[in-house]
Amino acid sequence: MAKDDNTPFAIRRYDAETLREALRKMYLIRFFEEGAEDSYTRGLIHGTMHLSIGQEASAVASCLPLTDDDKITSTHRGHGHCIGKGAEVGRMFAEFFGKEEGYCHGRGGSMHIADVTKGNLGANGIVGGGIPIAVGAALTAKQLGTGAVTICFFGDGANNEGAFHEALNIAAVWKLPVVFVCENNKYGMSTSTERSTAVKDIAQRAAAYSMPGVTVDGNDFSAVAEAVQEAVDRARRGEGPSLVENLTYRWRGHSKSDRNRYRTKDEIDSWIARDPILRFREELAAHGVLDASGADAIEAAARREVEDGIAFAKGGTDPTIADVTKYVYAEARS
Amino acid sequence: MNAPTRNPEIQTRELSYAEAIREAMGMALARDERVILMGEDIGVYGGAFQVTGDLVERFGPDRVRDTPISELGGAGVAVGAALTGLRPIFEFQFSDFATLAMEQIVNQAAKMRYMLGGEASVPLVFRMPAGSGTGAAAQHSQSFEAWFGHVPGLKVLQPSTPEDAKGLLLAALEDPDPVVVFEHKLLYKLKGHVPDGWYTTPIGKAAVRREGRDLTIVASAIMVHRALAAAEKLAEEGIDVEVIDLRSVRPIDHETIIASVRKTGRLICVYEGVRTLGIGAEISAMIAESEAFDYLDAPILRLGGVEAPIPYNPELEKAAVPQAPDIEAAARKLARKEV
Repeated sequence: MAKDDNTPFAIRRYDAETLREALRKMYLIRFFEEGAEDSYTRGLIHGTMHLSIGQEASAVASCLPLTDDDKITSTHRGHGHCIGKGAEVGRMFAEFFGKEEGYCHGRGGSMHIADVTKGNLGANGIVGGGIPIAVGAALTAKQLGTGAVTICFFGDGANNEGAFHEALNIAAVWKLPVVFVCENNKYGMSTSTERSTAVKDIAQRAAAYSMPGVTVDGNDFSAVAEAVQEAVDRARRGEGPSLVENLTYRWRGHSKSDRNRYRTKDEIDSWIARDPILRFREELAAHGVLDASGADAIEAAARREVEDGIAFAKGGTDPTIADVTKYVYAEARS
Repeated sequence: MNAPTRNPEIQTRELSYAEAIREAMGMALARDERVILMGEDIGVYGGAFQVTGDLVERFGPDRVRDTPISELGGAGVAVGAALTGLRPIFEFQFSDFATLAMEQIVNQAAKMRYMLGGEASVPLVFRMPAGSGTGAAAQHSQSFEAWFGHVPGLKVLQPSTPEDAKGLLLAALEDPDPVVVFEHKLLYKLKGHVPDGWYTTPIGKAAVRREGRDLTIVASAIMVHRALAAAEKLAEEGIDVEVIDLRSVRPIDHETIIASVRKTGRLICVYEGVRTLGIGAEISAMIAESEAFDYLDAPILRLGGVEAPIPYNPELEKAAVPQAPDIEAAARKLARKEV
């Protein structure tokens, strides 16, 4: 079918294989997190977790313009970014289960899962902690002329941290190839953006640092892809940083301690009705990229991959107790 | 062993402590394109203490990079740069300002390798002008070595001589992990022999600056010089003091200190940081847990900063941290078994 101007950006820009892979990753994120939650409920894993169910379009569409040489920094709600940047769910589950086979050999857990070899510089337990680090990665790219771009994911909560403001200013002053992707899911833990943030749209913050800032429907895969692709292209051309704000929503609570006392069931339901995965499926079907049975097959395969990943993790190796101080420093060179 | 013995083959010249640091940075910039300097006013201004000096003229503003006054942001950018292939040397204008960047130093730089299970490395040097004695009062005169020494993942150095200032900085730069180097501001103008060329001073190794039989003083940074001055006075009274320059707060060289205390049976720890919960507590406890404990003939003493911010008035400022006469008096008492 003709890809005219009314065709969504993602359908026009990316080939069918790329779009099917994107749907697969969105399902992987959804099922990975459901699997993690289920494993927690059964007492198979400890600690806590921050689930991004409902935000899958933002993670996957934002990573679409990137290659393995490009970098991302992520957040405490980072499983989606990790899968979006190409990590395997088996090794992610192994990390969740605290096993040596995990990406961080069981030392990091949910809040630090990252496949460094795919350009993921790490999730981060500190709100805003990854933002200056992303700018540093962009400085390396500029200084060494690698051509790499860094995407910096952060939530609405981070936009009131000093690190956010300092890092955006430095990125702009030095014209660095970095794209700041704010996943605005309306609440920093329980505090709404209305109660925490002086501007209406977080993208308005960009004006203070002389960079473009746009707000898009973060549950619309194509809208996110278009905004981030444009920002990545701009960064690659050497024209400096941009800020993209994806309006989205986490269906689950902040973490396992959340009793959902700050939002209503109606609000949650209204966002569940805007499921980014179903919307993307419908869009792919409407434009003849993937029919229902094709999408069902991708969904089923993702489900199996997650089940296999959990089985892999359960069979993993526990770290040796004597190795508790391993990895604090580089191994001494012999 | 007042002056260390030198290999006549190695060329040395007199340089100041600041010049030695600048020479090390210049050599590093010339040798490796991944090395960059970052900090506030380190470019044309030359740094608040003129340590970077004219390096910007030799290497340009991209490699000798003035940052905005954004300690947290700047330190975090350095962490990200180190994580992805650069070898940044980040200068805090005063070590006091590192308080603004603790998040990036303590939560990020120090833990990145561990959190990522050894899959990442942050080869980053933080340079920290530290210490009192400049009349700059409470927010520009602190000594935070023990704070940073409490963080696994960091290495913490305190050079006391121009030779070590260069050698330890080059060692820090070669190290694959983040290293915090405290440079005492009163030492910047101190002159001393500095070897030519690229050399490294081993991290984690203390130096015996003066050998003695009666008493061991473990000191760091400027306190090494005050301890040596005290030792000379005491020598006139027949008290033979051994002075150990700690050089590295993390890791601490247990072996050298234990060997010295086994020999002398007496120990004083002298450091500029606040006395309580400081470096001296760690060294005292380490000796108490070691085989040297049985050799002690007297209690261990600690001389450190008083329990107050650094005051402005010059006499009060001097009184706030150990001075040579304080060290001399304490050592005399200890040697005469008056403690």
